[in-house]
Amino acid sequence: MHDDEFKPIAEGGLLDRRLFLKKGLTFTSIAWLAPSAMAEAVRSDAMSTPGRALSNYGNPSNHENKVIRWTMGNAAAPVNGVSWTPLHALEGMITPNGLHFERHHNGVPDIDPDSHRLLIHGLVNRALVFKIEDLLRYPMTSRYCFIECGGNSNAGWHAEPMQTEAGYFHGMASCSEWTGVPVKMLFDEAGIKGRAKWVIAEGADASMMSISLPLEKLLDDCLLAFYQNGERIRPENGYPVRLLVPGWEGVLNVKWLRRLRLTNRPVMARNETAKYTELLPNGKAEQFSFVMGVKSLITRPSYGQQLNKPGLYQITGLAWSGHGKIVKVEVSADGGKSWAEAQLQEPVLSRCFTRFRIPWQWEGKKAVLKSRAIDEQGNQQPERHELIQAKGQQGYFHYHAIVSWAIADDGSVSHVYA
Amino acid sequence: MSMRKTLLFFFSVCWSVAVIAESSPDLGEIATVDFLEQGRYDVFPDGEGLPQGSGNATQGEAVYNQHCQTCHGLKGEGGSAEELAGAMHGLTDNPPDKTIGTYWPYATTLFDFIRRSMPLSAPGSLTDDQLYAVTAYLLYINHIIKNEDEISAKTLPRITMPNHEGFINVFDGQE
Repeated sequence: MHDDEFKPIAEGGLLDRRLFLKKGLTFTSIAWLAPSAMAEAVRSDAMSTPGRALSNYGNPSNHENKVIRWTMGNAAAPVNGVSWTPLHALEGMITPNGLHFERHHNGVPDIDPDSHRLLIHGLVNRALVFKIEDLLRYPMTSRYCFIECGGNSNAGWHAEPMQTEAGYFHGMASCSEWTGVPVKMLFDEAGIKGRAKWVIAEGADASMMSISLPLEKLLDDCLLAFYQNGERIRPENGYPVRLLVPGWEGVLNVKWLRRLRLTNRPVMARNETAKYTELLPNGKAEQFSFVMGVKSLITRPSYGQQLNKPGLYQITGLAWSGHGKIVKVEVSADGGKSWAEAQLQEPVLSRCFTRFRIPWQWEGKKAVLKSRAIDEQGNQQPERHELIQAKGQQGYFHYHAIVSWAIADDGSVSHVYA
Repeated sequence: MSMRKTLLFFFSVCWSVAVIAESSPDLGEIATVDFLEQGRYDVFPDGEGLPQGSGNATQGEAVYNQHCQTCHGLKGEGGSAEELAGAMHGLTDNPPDKTIGTYWPYATTLFDFIRRSMPLSAPGSLTDDQLYAVTAYLLYINHIIKNEDEISAKTLPRITMPNHEGFINVFDGQE
């Protein structure tokens, strides 16, 4: 390969994304720890003794036991809390079911599907009750879709950049293949009355969490989801049935769904008034700000990881938007002065995680890495100072600004505002 | 309508019914009146959904101290759970205090939320009178009602919260 093919297309050593298609590139690994010495035996233990027997349900390798959700419950009430997806330790666009983020208001209920019922009532011609076994007989559809908590990345509002792994900062977002029944099909069976404009959804957990959604969204693309990545939804994600509301705040994707009530007005529940509303500098708060904004972050290299030596690296990360498809992700290695377009991994789907990658020649000097995403509606991920200029710093929810990672001379990575 | 048009209309109706029946399994059962009681937890700002019963802040203080104070602190000042009253800052201060008194737009939301979700260790355990009383206490410590004011299905929806006008519906703005 000729040296001119390694000519940077932006400052700081970013290379043409199509370089990945070339053969013979030598990439340098990004490590969590110093690399261990290669085993020297010709025939290892694993090659010399029979392995483990079959198992009914597989688990990750013991060597991956650090790839876990980081849980944070209220010390006085551990059932009220969140857990983050370790985005920094994962690849591709799908979140393994055991690593999907959690937000529970009063614990995970243990629900027997045979006794669970879903009620559809209110402004309908016929109030209907469904058994789970009957709902599973309906024609199903699947879609790949992220779910992101409205409060994801809220540490970004802090005055100082929080030093923690990317997933434990931005990992109240996960992406799965969800399979279920379009809500519209059941509403059509019940018969929607003309005055209906809103729907109150309620869960069967100990908090009986409830929230109002516009009827038009439920008719547009919402699912009653029963399956997550091919298996029945995990208890912490709403077993036996949850609402899937593509691209909108996670809290609307009501888990353990027991009731959908069609109304002519929102109920003004706690989670649409006191919470999930964004206080602006003028003292007013934005309400019903459902759509999750366009967002991206580099997951490798990111905080806590280590570049061992100068050389060729692959920068990779995730982009997503509640408005639709991601059309472009750009990466900067000089703190945002110059940008290079990253390769988007197919398939690129609407309201779904999109993986991006770009090759980067690290010279062993200080660098600041950033990514910025643009969606099909033309929304561009803002710089942090732009977001704060527009919304102030007390909104708490809907933080989606550009994330900056500083690479030090020694290859260590820290979080900076730049 | 002519006979021909009437027949056409009749057949088109039959045809669409047939299409719905074919594509939609229709496996739901008509909800009984008893089952519809499950919807009784929703309380709207106009008071729809509020039950019989009543209570005042004096009665509510006892309920609060027994069931809420451990987490929410003395007089709602906050603890392991969020502050509910006693705001020292307004919404334009840095940092702002988002309490019931400074932030919540509707008093009915208190009853709706406490009835469905609180207390955390035993949700659903308070009687309707206790719920009205503790709602009254939370309004009282936020200086919205007086100690002796009786809170009920009749009076709760009439309360105008200090931050009633504080919200911008950005969804309708997007329409």
